[in-house]
Amino acid sequence: MIKGLVTGVIDWVDARIPMTDTWNKHLAQYPTPINFNFWYFFGSLAMLVLVNQILTGIWLTMNYNPSAEGAFASIEYIMRDVEYGWLLRYMHSTGASFFFIVVYLHMFRGLIYGSYQKPRELIWVFGMLIFLVLMAEAFMGYLLPWGQMSFWGAQVIISLFGAIPIIGDDLTQWIRGDFVISGATLTRFFALHVVALPLVLVVLVFLHIVALHEVGSNNPEGIEIKKKKGSVPESELSPFKYHKQFSDKKDIVDAAPFFPYFVVKDVVGVAVFLFLFAAVIFYWPEGGGYFLEPPNFEPANGLKTPEHIAPVWYYTPFYAILRAIPDKLIGVIVFGSSVLILCFLPWFDRCKVRSIRYRSTLHKLNITQFIICFIVLGILGALPATPLYTVISQICSFGYFAFFALLFIYSKNEKCKPVPERITK
Amino acid sequence: MSNAPVNTGRRMFLTATTAVVGAVGAAGVAVPFIKSWNPSAKAKAAGAPVEVDVSKIEPGQLIRVEWQGKPVWVVSRTDAAMKDLAAHDDKLRDPNSEEPQQPDYAANPARSIRPEIFVAVGICTHLGCSPTYLPDGFGELVEGVKSGFFCPCHGSKFDMAGRVFQNVPAPLNLVIPPYHFKDDNTVLVGVSEGDA
Repeated sequence: MIKGLVTGVIDWVDARIPMTDTWNKHLAQYPTPINFNFWYFFGSLAMLVLVNQILTGIWLTMNYNPSAEGAFASIEYIMRDVEYGWLLRYMHSTGASFFFIVVYLHMFRGLIYGSYQKPRELIWVFGMLIFLVLMAEAFMGYLLPWGQMSFWGAQVIISLFGAIPIIGDDLTQWIRGDFVISGATLTRFFALHVVALPLVLVVLVFLHIVALHEVGSNNPEGIEIKKKKGSVPESELSPFKYHKQFSDKKDIVDAAPFFPYFVVKDVVGVAVFLFLFAAVIFYWPEGGGYFLEPPNFEPANGLKTPEHIAPVWYYTPFYAILRAIPDKLIGVIVFGSSVLILCFLPWFDRCKVRSIRYRSTLHKLNITQFIICFIVLGILGALPATPLYTVISQICSFGYFAFFALLFIYSKNEKCKPVPERITK
Repeated sequence: MSNAPVNTGRRMFLTATTAVVGAVGAAGVAVPFIKSWNPSAKAKAAGAPVEVDVSKIEPGQLIRVEWQGKPVWVVSRTDAAMKDLAAHDDKLRDPNSEEPQQPDYAANPARSIRPEIFVAVGICTHLGCSPTYLPDGFGELVEGVKSGFFCPCHGSKFDMAGRVFQNVPAPLNLVIPPYHFKDDNTVLVGVSEGDA
């Protein structure tokens, strides 16, 4: 009786909107490579953190006061007087740092397994757009507590636009809405942070996943699990039922449906992640001054510059590149390029082999030096600039860009190991 | 669909004109959205240029005015102070004003338009405290220099042209705001000549 009622409701909905079909196509009958390793946790974890940010963010707006006079005090109010306000606030501020940790690892996964290569270029490009919007979102969010580092960090970043010839000064004034950073800047950043950019972010995440599901996931071997129709003997086909959009066109091998198999796997990742996340929220919410910087516990004061202005850790690699260049305008251009060049990674890599497992030693060394440079830049970007550090930053900036140049040169005729036909053979 | 013959040329024309009119409309609609980000009338009023009557400043006297929320000093320098300026270049970090801390027309030894009238933003370039004016008694801090500015917060020292001395925390000379003389006795702080 109840079963009949449920089927009736489902049929009624399915006749009006493709509910079951969507469920099957994207979850229950979506072919996923069976050799996913732990690197593949970070996509779903990024979704989890996004939900965390949206949810805690909505709750924070309920008590936050977006004005130059009231912002700092309202954060103190949330931290001290609102029941569990401290937890919601720390979930949000720590969540921002964890978002970037997860996203950087997710990008690294794509880098080593060649997940950006043809035909997955658009997935990578949408991913990079998400990264850009995320950086803007975090930057604007960091102004909202209206602390010293909020104010002076924004001052430094907005003044970067002042380096643009002719329109620079007017542009910075237009962004600030005043001659200095003021309440006008705070309220517009608040509007963008809580309404505009989250909407853009959600749309981009949707497109990222639509693009992914159109071509299917890559995997650590970098081998397609969709073979030419009729090329695989019946006995070797994946034994599961897949949505006809996939199985009609291709023979699917070495795969399992996303639901329930990979959902269950991701739950394990989520559990481990939440352990770490909770530990930081409860015992180390300021992240040693890297997640929440000490000067930000002092209200913004336009007449008093903090001793040392450093961006939050997730910007420091790019910030170090900016500081490594002695000229302001060229510095800003190089700084912008260092982020944008990542978008074009699919076209720098001309190799047909995807996974690092089968690529040349040269490629492995190149990725290694790239990651070392990126991490060193990240460390230096948080420290005060000294002549020695500047030289090291310059070397690492060179290494950062050299990665792309070298990749473009050697990938055309790269000597790779033979790639197997199948994941399981 | 009817089988009437299609006038492709006319269809193209209509599509193009519709697109152009639509684009113009969209550009028009974008104007208020973009313009609303400019400083509001209130912000403009608060940041407006400030007029200072310099005829009533005694030689050696400093007066403070507020411009864009910042203290701006207007000092009438004495002849003795002017003579002092050239005598201690070797003790300064940036005696020739090479760092862009002033408009081009103030990048001269006196860092001013008229030598005797000194206009500067009275905020230490170290951490933003406001230095103290020492019309005499500065000699105790720097030998041979009679007057100058001393920041009580971290001990930065500036001469009568706002140039920073060596071996103090402040890295740069004091900022000279844009300004010009509206007439013989009136300084307009906040706008360069011809920019108004």
